[in-house]
Amino acid sequence: MEEQDKSLVAVLGAGVMGVGIAALALGHGVPVVLVDVDDRVLEKAARDVPLRIRQGQLLGKLPRTTDLPPLTTSTSLEAAAAATVVIEAVVEMPEVKAKVLRAVSESVAPGTPLVSNTSGIPIDELAGHTLRPSDVLGAHFMNPPYLIRTVEVIRGPRTTDEALDPALRLLTSLDRESIVVGDGAGFVINRVLQRMINESARIVQEGIATHEEVDALFQGCLGHRTGPLATADLIGLDNVVDSLRVLHTRTGDAGFDPCELLLSKVGTGDFGRKTGRGFYAYES
Amino acid sequence: MTPTSSIQPTATEIETELLAFLHGRGKVEVAPDTDLFASGAVTSLFSLELVTHVEAAYGVAVVGDELRMDNFRSVRAMVGLIERLRATCETEPSHG
Ligand SMILES: NC(=O)c1ccc[n+]([C@@H]2O[C@H](COP(=O)([O-])OP(=O)(O)OC[C@H]3O[C@@H](n4cnc5c(N)ncnc54)[C@H](O)[C@@H]3O)[C@@H](O)[C@H]2O)c1
Repeated sequence: MEEQDKSLVAVLGAGVMGVGIAALALGHGVPVVLVDVDDRVLEKAARDVPLRIRQGQLLGKLPRTTDLPPLTTSTSLEAAAAATVVIEAVVEMPEVKAKVLRAVSESVAPGTPLVSNTSGIPIDELAGHTLRPSDVLGAHFMNPPYLIRTVEVIRGPRTTDEALDPALRLLTSLDRESIVVGDGAGFVINRVLQRMINESARIVQEGIATHEEVDALFQGCLGHRTGPLATADLIGLDNVVDSLRVLHTRTGDAGFDPCELLLSKVGTGDFGRKTGRGFYAYES
Repeated sequence: MTPTSSIQPTATEIETELLAFLHGRGKVEVAPDTDLFASGAVTSLFSLELVTHVEAAYGVAVVGDELRMDNFRSVRAMVGLIERLRATCETEPSHG
């Protein structure tokens, strides 16, 4: 609790992941300032975060307290200046992340861990855009962050213990299990998962199997709780395509080149769960 | 008996209404004692909608220790929860 008393987490980006990370921190008693460029996104986030906390409590994944710390929202990065830990969760576009991380590194106190929730941009590449590369690390939360306990933590070649340790302590105080891995495009999870999603979509595109059949095989034969294409819908197909592009340009591996079917779904605005339709249709 | 309690729905009425909600909104046919989660009738995403519905339709607040899956595991469990919460609401004003 002492750790939490002086903590203030700044979450940058109030989309799918930013909302989930804010719910995780607040649900464990840590105050949050949530920053986004879009006012309407912040209004929606302020409504959604309490619902996500209630869902976590209902499912027994967050403490059942009614005494929650405040959620502050802002369109100005200056609001993050007093943070003890910054968690960046803006869109998976290297130039946007570079700009945001640079700006926040200029306003927070030196030694404040700058944690990126990137799906696959190498941490050292992002660190290179900031004032203090030694303060930068990755924490790849799964969606939804308040329901899935394990976090893939990425230590870049320049990350120091002084940045890593307080970030790990925060994750522990949020009841997360951290697995620390090395740097490299896609780290562990997405080097495998994004490739699997792309290949599954290509299988559907080629008419070899339907999306239901692909998912049913992974569930029935391999015991996966969710098939790759339902997982893609949950992630957001726009984000999947962005992540694949990051991986493709950094590895040169054609297997990461986003397939036509994914591109056409993103082109028509079918992003998955968040828009009500992707490979599957969802009710509002 | 307070005047308000006489216009409040009975346990049977609540049960009927919840089954209709599950049928209409959740698109599932269940019995009052079906385990909604074990049977797969209700996903964890829809479970929060059940909570919001119970609160809006019966004017109760499901918070703290009452906010748990066991209270929403079946229509019968929800009826029990609603009656329990309404009983505490009704007794409170008489103290003050
Ligand atoms: N969706 C997932 O399942 C998932 C899982 C793990 C990691 N990630 C990663 O998390 C990050 C966020 O993904 P998401 O799914 O939440 O995306 P999203 O599109 O839902 O949200 C991104 C948000 O960033 C905001 N934004 C854009 N530019 C900004 C700026 N300059 N300053 C502040 N906010 C800005 C946007 O307005 C948007 O609200 C990405 O890096 C993604 O790869 C996503």
